[in-house]
Amino acid sequence: MKKTLFDKVWDSHVVQQVQDGPDILFIDRHMVHEVTSPVAFLGLKNRDIPVLYPARTFATADHNTPTLNQHLPVADPLSANQLKTLEDNATKHGISYWGLGHEKNGIVHVVGPEYGITLPGATIVCGDSHTSTHGAFGAIAFGIGTSEVEMVLSTQCIMQSKPKSMRININGALGKGVTPKDVALYIISRLTTSGATGYFVEYAGNVFTEMSMEGRMTVCNLSIEMGARGGMIAPDHKTFDYIQGREFTPKDKDWDKAMGYWNTLHTDNGANFDKEFHFNANEIEPMITYGTNPGMGMGITQGIPNANAVEGGESTYKKSLAYMGYNEGENMIGKPIDFVFLGSCTNGRIEDFRAFAEIIKGHKKADNVTAWLVPGSHKVLNAIKEEGILDELHEAGFELREPGCSACLAMNDDKIPAGKYAVSTSNRNFEGRQGPGSRTLLASPIVAAAAAITGKVTDPRTLL
Amino acid sequence: MAYDKFTILKSSVVPLPIENVDTDQIIPARFLKATERKGFGDNLFRDWRYNQDNSPKADFVLNDPKYSGKILVGGKNFGSGSSREHAAWAVYDYGFRCVVSSFFADIFKNNCLNIGVLPVQVSESFLAAIFDAVEADPSTELIVDLHNQTITIGATSSSESFDINAYKKGNMTNGFDDIDYLLNIQDTIRDFAANTPL
Repeated sequence: MKKTLFDKVWDSHVVQQVQDGPDILFIDRHMVHEVTSPVAFLGLKNRDIPVLYPARTFATADHNTPTLNQHLPVADPLSANQLKTLEDNATKHGISYWGLGHEKNGIVHVVGPEYGITLPGATIVCGDSHTSTHGAFGAIAFGIGTSEVEMVLSTQCIMQSKPKSMRININGALGKGVTPKDVALYIISRLTTSGATGYFVEYAGNVFTEMSMEGRMTVCNLSIEMGARGGMIAPDHKTFDYIQGREFTPKDKDWDKAMGYWNTLHTDNGANFDKEFHFNANEIEPMITYGTNPGMGMGITQGIPNANAVEGGESTYKKSLAYMGYNEGENMIGKPIDFVFLGSCTNGRIEDFRAFAEIIKGHKKADNVTAWLVPGSHKVLNAIKEEGILDELHEAGFELREPGCSACLAMNDDKIPAGKYAVSTSNRNFEGRQGPGSRTLLASPIVAAAAAITGKVTDPRTLL
Repeated sequence: MAYDKFTILKSSVVPLPIENVDTDQIIPARFLKATERKGFGDNLFRDWRYNQDNSPKADFVLNDPKYSGKILVGGKNFGSGSSREHAAWAVYDYGFRCVVSSFFADIFKNNCLNIGVLPVQVSESFLAAIFDAVEADPSTELIVDLHNQTITIGATSSSESFDINAYKKGNMTNGFDDIDYLLNIQDTIRDFAANTPL
């Protein structure tokens, strides 16, 4: 039978099928962070059971860590307690823990690939919806709830009904200034935030095969924003080159054995998908969002759609625009902004900082803009320094912060104030996501850079 | 952890006719710092429910004494966004045992099932009928019958059936959870693990 990439990985991980119920899925690698794990560890304690395979779980601190003065004790007592709880739990159960100050510390979905935890053909879960990031390597990777974190810790399995399959094909040449983030925001704007709910997506076409691994991570990261369980891209030589030699990738004979499996990881010709979309690369512009969900995005030169032209309820749409302080029909170009956030598991990698630096070079940060530039990990931070990007940022009047999730979800002090506008490279523009009352415009690193030096929404193509 | 058994729930409802209610609205990230599963109901819909000075917003449904009950009825695509189980915990802790919508985000739905909150997906037209009935009479009751997989509007006796897989239904009815099941097949899991390529 012809199988999809997704079928091959899923089917090879089914331990057992429950009659009239879900599949019992074996999990190769599990990542945990401080926010969604404590109650799961508490569950183990209450049941008095151990972690079944501690070497398959990796822990990092990222969600509520400060991005300034990480060498000092964490000031917020609740955050400090959560971090301490993770450290204690990891120590107790023999799990690798990369806490604040650790050289490998960073955002869970940034450090996973950096250290070879992320592998093609693996099943990877984490109590975080952006676990879909790891699908860039041809893994089945998705976010789970805390009850499921407890299941994985205690049994290395979760119970899941197999999602339906979807393939999104994009072929053609991407235009100037169009980045992987724009490709993802474009797809979400076409499918809506629930358009892929119940599905697992495979991205196919030359746009994705030509994309760098980091670009693929950005695209797969945002799969959840159209409701998909996850998204994946078939592994190729770029994938294998990226992972080879990293700390937790298989070595020697194990590598050869794994390659035997990885070489099978592609969708067979003629395999069936439950749903399929085709888009042309040349339809995609640099994107920006104008509303309060990631589906409310458009090409940066377009006008905000009228309520009667969008699918779904008019009152919800109008409520959303009212929150943003925008009106139907308005153009986004020239809209004043207050903050710029470069970072997150979506766009906090070295290529994102290179792209940002390319735009701001020779310019100055606009006086009306507060910019928070937050690397996804220490590895990214070090590369920023080594490549001379930090000097370029400083010359243009920018400061760099320390790694973490930061203003993406504003659990730490990095909160956008009420009513203020932030152009953010992160993944969600929900009401209050970046701080109570904050207003988020999602965009690529270069749109963020263009906004940072002009103080308003600017088409980055005018600066290229 | 095991949870309350769910059989038949007859209750008035709290209507929230907004689409795409995301997990950041259900419980904002700044309230996720606990290390125990306690007190999340206090911050359910925090920023829709309270002003920044913590005074209640009079026009939000949870602050409207006309509406109460164990069933929350939301617009299409309820629970989109984050995987935080805290969202389901907040719904439960506030006192809801059932959420009704015409469409649920996957992870939120799974999280609800895992803690004993029943997500009931109904048609768009039935959802509209519920909102209409509750608007006409806020004391309108819904009857959610898990055994027969039906949901009925008390006032009109209008009824619809809903889907749930037999395994999850059994768990909800008996108050079991998945970990109990998985712990019982540990030997099978160990055998499987010994033969995985990664």
